[in-house]
Amino acid sequence: MVNPQMVMYEEEFNQIQTVVDRLVREANAKVVFIVDKNGQLIAASGEVDNIDTTSLASLTAGNIAATGGIAKLLRENEFATQFHEGEKANIHIQLVGNRVILVVIFDSKSSLGLVRLRVRKASDELNRIFEALLSKVQEPGGDSPFAEITDEDIDNLFND
Amino acid sequence: MSFINYMAREINCKIVYYGPGLCGKTTNLQYIYERTNPDAKGKMISLATETERTLFFDFLPLSLGEIRGFKTRFHLYTVPGQVFYDASRKLILKGVDGVIFVADSQMERLEANQESVENLRTNLAEQGYSLEKVPYVIQYNKRDLPNVVPVEELRALINPMNVPDFEANARSGTGVFDTLKAVSRLVLNELRRGG
Repeated sequence: MVNPQMVMYEEEFNQIQTVVDRLVREANAKVVFIVDKNGQLIAASGEVDNIDTTSLASLTAGNIAATGGIAKLLRENEFATQFHEGEKANIHIQLVGNRVILVVIFDSKSSLGLVRLRVRKASDELNRIFEALLSKVQEPGGDSPFAEITDEDIDNLFND
Repeated sequence: MSFINYMAREINCKIVYYGPGLCGKTTNLQYIYERTNPDAKGKMISLATETERTLFFDFLPLSLGEIRGFKTRFHLYTVPGQVFYDASRKLILKGVDGVIFVADSQMERLEANQESVENLRTNLAEQGYSLEKVPYVIQYNKRDLPNVVPVEELRALINPMNVPDFEANARSGTGVFDTLKAVSRLVLNELRRGG
């Protein structure tokens, strides 16, 4: 496979969660979440109970992919930042380390300037955490919990 | 590329339905959505044109149950089939763990199927995957229609690698879950090998 497997461990997850929790507070945001470029939700914070984070994750990744496609056609490396302004809600999307996507949803209690400022700081921290995570994943000798699964385990999934 | 989350004890995999325009990819997803227990599915999203042709993708998250204490989640995507949406198709293949090729069994779509398989091969290669290595199954859809090509003939033309294949009628649901189960099985086997 071209990309190493995306893996999340407890230690890094907690570090990431700390960053997103803080970003919600410091940016006065409603919701902050992190998605990998393939559309898998990694972490979320804020008023997440009322929103469908799985769908948001997939659509955000689709959005970033489409924008990346446009960038390529224009011979740009990427468009790392996107901002969509609505009547009540606004969404700020930032590509971090060309690997994960940081999404901030905010309303009139915050401002684009504040969000951009806080996102910049959070991006640097997240970048460091994901780089460490990636090098950990690439270390040899990590046991996959799936190495031991049997045909029976797989069959059991499909017993309706 | 699957995503293993040790913290949430979850494993997430991406399955893509590929095939020529109007072959029934979205219909497959709609049937799965209708027939799945509400606890096991999320919302189905369709980014479609006003005439209900898929513009970018359809998306359906499914939970299959636990395996060795890990929740297995499959994210099902379709690509737009129309030839001119090729740029979008490439994007959706990023990070794919398994592919279902939905063939339209009607005589007049024979060439469209062959072109679409070739397009799949090319687009996978651009992402650094090869059709020979990625978990891959084929579905011969629309078997209920009168003007269909015999399965043997279809198989000879679009399944030279002899991957698992299934006859289906996605509208009534025949073969839909068999196809999905087959690719899921291949994806999980790939995970076991550490792929």
